[in-house]
Amino acid sequence: MDRLGNGIGAGRLTPAEYESNFADLHPRFDRHEALVASDRCYFCYDAPCMTACPTSIDIPMFIRQISTGNPLGSAKTIFDQNILGGMCARVCPTETLCEEACVRNTAEDKPVEIGRLQRYATDIAMETGKQFYARKAPTGKTVAIVGAGPAGLAAAHRLAMHGHSVVILEAREKAGGLNEYGIATYKAVDDFASREVDYVTAIGGIEIRNGQMLGRDFSLADLTSKYDAVFLGMGLAGVNGLGIEGESLSGVEDAVDFIATLRQAKDKAEIPIGRRVVVLGGGMTAIDAAIQSKLLGAEEVTICYRRGKENMNASTYEQDLATANGVIIRHWLAPKTILGKDGKVAGIEVEYTAIRDGKLVGTGETGVIAADQIFKAIGQTFAASGLGALTMDKGKIAVDAEGRTSIEGVWAGGDCIGLGEDLTVSAVAQGRDAAESINRMLAAGAQPAVAVA
Amino acid sequence: MADLRNNFVGIKSPNPFWLASAPPTDKAYNVERAFKAGWGGVVWKTLGEEGPPVVNVNGPRYGAIWGADRRLLGLNNIELITDRDLYTNLREMKQVKMNWPDRALVASIMVPCEENAWKAILPLVEETGADGIELNFGCPHGMSERGMGSAVGQVPEYIEMVVRWCKQYTRMPVITKLTPNITDIRKPARAAKAGGTDAVSLINTINSIVSVDLDNFAPNPTVGGKGSHGGYCGPAVKPIALNMVAEIARDPETYGLPISGIGGITTWRDAAEFLALGAGNVQVCTAAMTYGFKIVQEMITGLSDWMDAKGHRSLDDIIGRAVPNVSDWQYLNLNYIAKAHIDQDACIKCGRCHIACEDTSHQAITNMIDGVRHFEVMEEECVGCNLCVNVCPVENCITMVGLEPGELDKRTGKVVDPNYANWTTHPNNPMARQAAE
Repeated sequence: MDRLGNGIGAGRLTPAEYESNFADLHPRFDRHEALVASDRCYFCYDAPCMTACPTSIDIPMFIRQISTGNPLGSAKTIFDQNILGGMCARVCPTETLCEEACVRNTAEDKPVEIGRLQRYATDIAMETGKQFYARKAPTGKTVAIVGAGPAGLAAAHRLAMHGHSVVILEAREKAGGLNEYGIATYKAVDDFASREVDYVTAIGGIEIRNGQMLGRDFSLADLTSKYDAVFLGMGLAGVNGLGIEGESLSGVEDAVDFIATLRQAKDKAEIPIGRRVVVLGGGMTAIDAAIQSKLLGAEEVTICYRRGKENMNASTYEQDLATANGVIIRHWLAPKTILGKDGKVAGIEVEYTAIRDGKLVGTGETGVIAADQIFKAIGQTFAASGLGALTMDKGKIAVDAEGRTSIEGVWAGGDCIGLGEDLTVSAVAQGRDAAESINRMLAAGAQPAVAVA
Repeated sequence: MADLRNNFVGIKSPNPFWLASAPPTDKAYNVERAFKAGWGGVVWKTLGEEGPPVVNVNGPRYGAIWGADRRLLGLNNIELITDRDLYTNLREMKQVKMNWPDRALVASIMVPCEENAWKAILPLVEETGADGIELNFGCPHGMSERGMGSAVGQVPEYIEMVVRWCKQYTRMPVITKLTPNITDIRKPARAAKAGGTDAVSLINTINSIVSVDLDNFAPNPTVGGKGSHGGYCGPAVKPIALNMVAEIARDPETYGLPISGIGGITTWRDAAEFLALGAGNVQVCTAAMTYGFKIVQEMITGLSDWMDAKGHRSLDDIIGRAVPNVSDWQYLNLNYIAKAHIDQDACIKCGRCHIACEDTSHQAITNMIDGVRHFEVMEEECVGCNLCVNVCPVENCITMVGLEPGELDKRTGKVVDPNYANWTTHPNNPMARQAAE
C-alpha cells in the first residue's frame, strides 16, 4: 500500500524509513559520553535516586565505577540488586523514578542520565558474557515459577543463586513476558529481551518450559503437590473491553496484541497499519501503540483519553515523545460508538467529558473522528484459572510484604499481585524479594527443629 | 578603563600578561602569534650555550591529571631547554623585537655554572635588543642532572654567584627564576637579592611523577618502557606558587624585591591573586598550551573589568595589597568565631556536607529533620572548619558567618570576646605560660 492509501495496509514506507523509525531510541553511550555523563554525579549521601529505585540499586556507586573506568564492577553493583538491570535501563520510566529524584534537577533542571549510564555498564558486561554469580551447592529443593516475565526471571535467578532448582512454566512461545512482548520495539532492539533471558538463565539450574499455561496445562494444586515452593508471576493476560457498539468491527484491535505482533515481526513492513488511527487510553500502552502506528506510516494518529493530561498514566516524557512523533493527544473525550462501513471501521463517535460533582460524566456534546483502525489501550486485567482457593484482592492476587499468598508455600509478584505497579523494575524487586522469602522458608525447613526451652 | 600598562624592573609591556619561558615561546612563529593575540610579553624559551644544541626525547614529553570532564588540571613535562641552534634563536629574537617594540621580550638563559659561559652568552643576547634576561635556575629534570637548572637553584651560594656575574657582564635587568623544589623559598630569593638581582620569578615546575601506566608499570609519560620525573605545572600548582610568592613578598629581607608570578595562572582571577600577593606581573604557560593564545583576551578584559568595578585605576593599586594580610598562624585571632550556614533555598540536598562532617569531622550537620531529608548546621557542634563549604557543589549555598562580639557561641557556651587574642598569649601555650611566669 502506498503512503496515503485508505484502510489498513502494510508497506506504507520505504525500507530505509522502517529501519530508521525502529532503530534504538537512545543509542548506547560510547565510553567518552559515559565518562562525561558520569562526571555529573555528585555521589550524594543516602542518595535520593537510590531511594526512588524500586530495586534500590546503589546508583552513586555504579556511576562512580563507570567514571573510574570499571564498567564491569559497575554492572555487578547493578545486577546485585536487579539482574534485569539491562532491560530496566531501557524501559524504566527513569523520568519518574531515579532521574526525577536526582538533585541535579534542583541544581540545573537536568538530571544525571542514570538510565543510559546503567545501560552502558550492563551492556558491556552482557556483551562480554561476564557472569558475576555462581550457584551455591545444590539444596535438592525445586521451586516452580509460573511465568517467565521480569518477576519470574528475577525470582528464578535469586533462587538459583541460593542453590535451588527452578522450573519456569511459561504459556507463550518465548520467555521474557512483557519484556519480550510488551515493550515498544525501539526501546529494546536487537532481540535484547531474549538475550537477557539467556544471560539470566546462564547461572544454571533454571529450566524454562514453554507452552505451559496455568489452568489449561496444569493447576496450582499440581504445583504445590509437586514442588517445594511456587512463585506466581504470570502478569495480566486479559484486556479491558469498551462495551460499546461497533467494538467487533474489523479494524478494532487490542493495543497489547499490536505491540506484541510488531515486536515479533522480523520485517516491520509486513505489519499493516491504518491511514488514520485512533488509540483509546492514557497509559504507556496507549503511547507505545500510538507512536509505533506513526512510525509504521499512519498519516494521522490520535490518542483519545477520557480525562485530563494530569490524569494520564503515561509520563510527561512519554507524552512529549508521542507528540514529537506527530501523535495528537486529545483529552476529555470518551468513546461512544465505533462507526463502520462494509464491516470495517470508518470512524469513532466520541463524547466530551467533564468532572461534575467529583464524577466523570459525558457532557452530551459529541463529535466524530475518522479512523480506519482503532486500538484499545484501556487497561489489562487479571485473567487466570486453576488457582483454587487463592485469595484475591481487587481482582488480583493478595500477598503480604514478603510476597506470600494465602496458600502456604505459594508466593506471587509482578503485575498479577495487588501491589503490581505495571513496571518492569517493580516486578523484578518483587520477584527477587519473594525468592529471598522462599529461600528463608526452605532453609528453615532444612534445619532440624530445635526446642527453645 | 583601568590602566593595565606594566612596568616591571623597567621592562614595559601593555599588560602584565607574559608568556613564560616554555614551548610556546621557542620560536618566532609562536611568539608572533602570541603578540598578535595580545600577550604583553614573552620570556623566550631558555637558551643554552653555543654549540650542538640539547636533544629531546623522541617519545612523549607530557603527562597530565584531569578533573571532571577531562579538564586539564596539572601538566608534567620532561622537555629540556631549546633544542634549536643558539644563533637561530638570537636572530629570531632580534627580528621579533624589531617587529613588536612595545612588547616585552626577555631571554631565558641556562648555561653551565662557570663564569666564562655566562660572560660569553650575555653580549650575544644583549645584541638582540632583548629587554632583559631570566636566569633559569628552576628546571627540575634533565638539565639538573648536568649541574644546571634546579641544581643551581637549590644552592643559594651558586645563585648569588651567577647573579653577580650576570649583573657584572650585562646592562640588562636580571630576573632570577626560582625552583620550588626546595624547603624554604626565602633562602634562594635572599641569595638572588644578595647577588644583585633586579627581580625573582617563580615558581618553576615541581618535581613530579604525574601518573603510572598500570598496564606496563611505568611512570607516565613512558618513553620506551621507562619514565623519568618531570616538571609539574598548571592549575594544580597555583596554591603552592601563591604561597611561595607571598613568602618572599612578606620576608623582611626581600621585601620590595620585584616578583614575576608564575604557576597555574589560567584566568584573570588567578592573575589578580598573584598581583595582590605581591607579584609585579605574571607569566603563563599551561593555560596557553591547553587553550591557545586567545585566552589572554579573557585575562585582559577580566582583569580590566574587575578593576573598573572595584575602582582600581592601575596595577599599582592592586599589587601587594594582600601582603599585609598574610600572617603566621600564631597571630590569627582566636576570638574570631564563625559558623557554617546553609541557604536552604540554594541547597539541592545532595547530602555531601552531612556525610563529610559526619564521617570525617564534627557531626555538626543533620540529614533528616522530622523524617524529611534536610541538611542544617547544628551550631552547638560546628567548629567553623569550612569543610562543608568546600565539598558543597553549589557555590555560596553554604557560607561561613562570623559571630558578632557579644553573641553566644553555642558550642562553647561562651559569648564572643571582642578583643583580639592569639596563640602567643593563649593560656594553653606553654611558651606563653613561661613568659607570664
